[in-house]
Amino acid sequence: MSPRVVAVVPAWNESEAIGAVVDELAACDPDVDVVVVDDASTDETAAVARRHGAIVLRLPFNVGIGGAVQTGFKYALANGYDVAVRLDGDGQHDPRELPKLLGPIDRGSAELVIGSRFADGNGTYRPPFARRIGIRVFARLVSILGGQRVTDTTSGFIALDRVGIELFAEEYPHDYPEVEATLVALRSGLRLEQVQVTMRERETGTSSITFVRSLYYMVKVMLALLVVSLRRYPRLEGARR
Amino acid sequence: MTPVRVSVAGVIASVLLILVILELVRGRRLKERYALLWLATGAVLLVLSAWRDGLNTIAGWVGVTSYPPAVLFAVATLFILLVLLHYSTVLSKLTDENVELAQRIALLEERVREDRSISPRVPTD
Repeated sequence: MSPRVVAVVPAWNESEAIGAVVDELAACDPDVDVVVVDDASTDETAAVARRHGAIVLRLPFNVGIGGAVQTGFKYALANGYDVAVRLDGDGQHDPRELPKLLGPIDRGSAELVIGSRFADGNGTYRPPFARRIGIRVFARLVSILGGQRVTDTTSGFIALDRVGIELFAEEYPHDYPEVEATLVALRSGLRLEQVQVTMRERETGTSSITFVRSLYYMVKVMLALLVVSLRRYPRLEGARR
Repeated sequence: MTPVRVSVAGVIASVLLILVILELVRGRRLKERYALLWLATGAVLLVLSAWRDGLNTIAGWVGVTSYPPAVLFAVATLFILLVLLHYSTVLSKLTDENVELAQRIALLEERVREDRSISPRVPTD
């Protein structure tokens, strides 16, 4: 029997892009259930997503990207899915790369797969200088603290097996979650694999990380990495690293 | 000039503050988001306690001539006010969200009751 896969798509005011994202997912793999987590949008995001056939979870107020994503993982856990894929609602993650992300999980060689923009060094993504430094610093820190080389810790394009779903349904940071979550996964003994992906330019909207917020972002994530390193994480049942 | 004893006491107190905050975050009793302002408080007090010339200079700027450590006290008070103000905004947001949640639950409860009374297979209570 093939594994049941759910795509978790956090969305905040993405009515322009969300329809295409849901359609593309269905076109790539009709067996994948799509769950759009609407983080209290003020536009038609939820209605558009429903019209395109997605299951929609609407949050009563804005809880931030991490809280929204975790809602999807909790849904996946409660409904017995074997695999969860997380991708953004703005269309920057290409659903046609789904098979690449699912490969290591299907083979049973990883519990967490990250779609990395820098995995093989041949990616075309060239972020602005400041962001490139930030991405590199976090990648280096997580690699050192987690004991495995990670090339892209800020990627929101990931796949999880059942063990990973259980971990993140229980423990997932509420704001700016990706970097910290990667370290939590490594310290919990999940096996992590990275696959090279190409991310598309944002179709609509702007990145949620504005210049003003990047300082808070850097400091918060640094502090989180420090305390995650100070905590003890039980090795998960089923984690094989 | 700041007495050495005042400096030492200030350093010990601010280091303790920082350690307690880190331990609270590690034990998941304090979220990073709310720890940052406290950590900034601890860091500023630590710097001002240890760097005695700096404290004297700043005291000179604000016209405190007789007893520079009074500035430490003023800075600590300022930060405590900031933290309290921050908490007031957080509390206000939480209050709104709490009301929103209660209202949602009331509406959901009503909908569940209706669904049950329509469906004959599920017994109503």
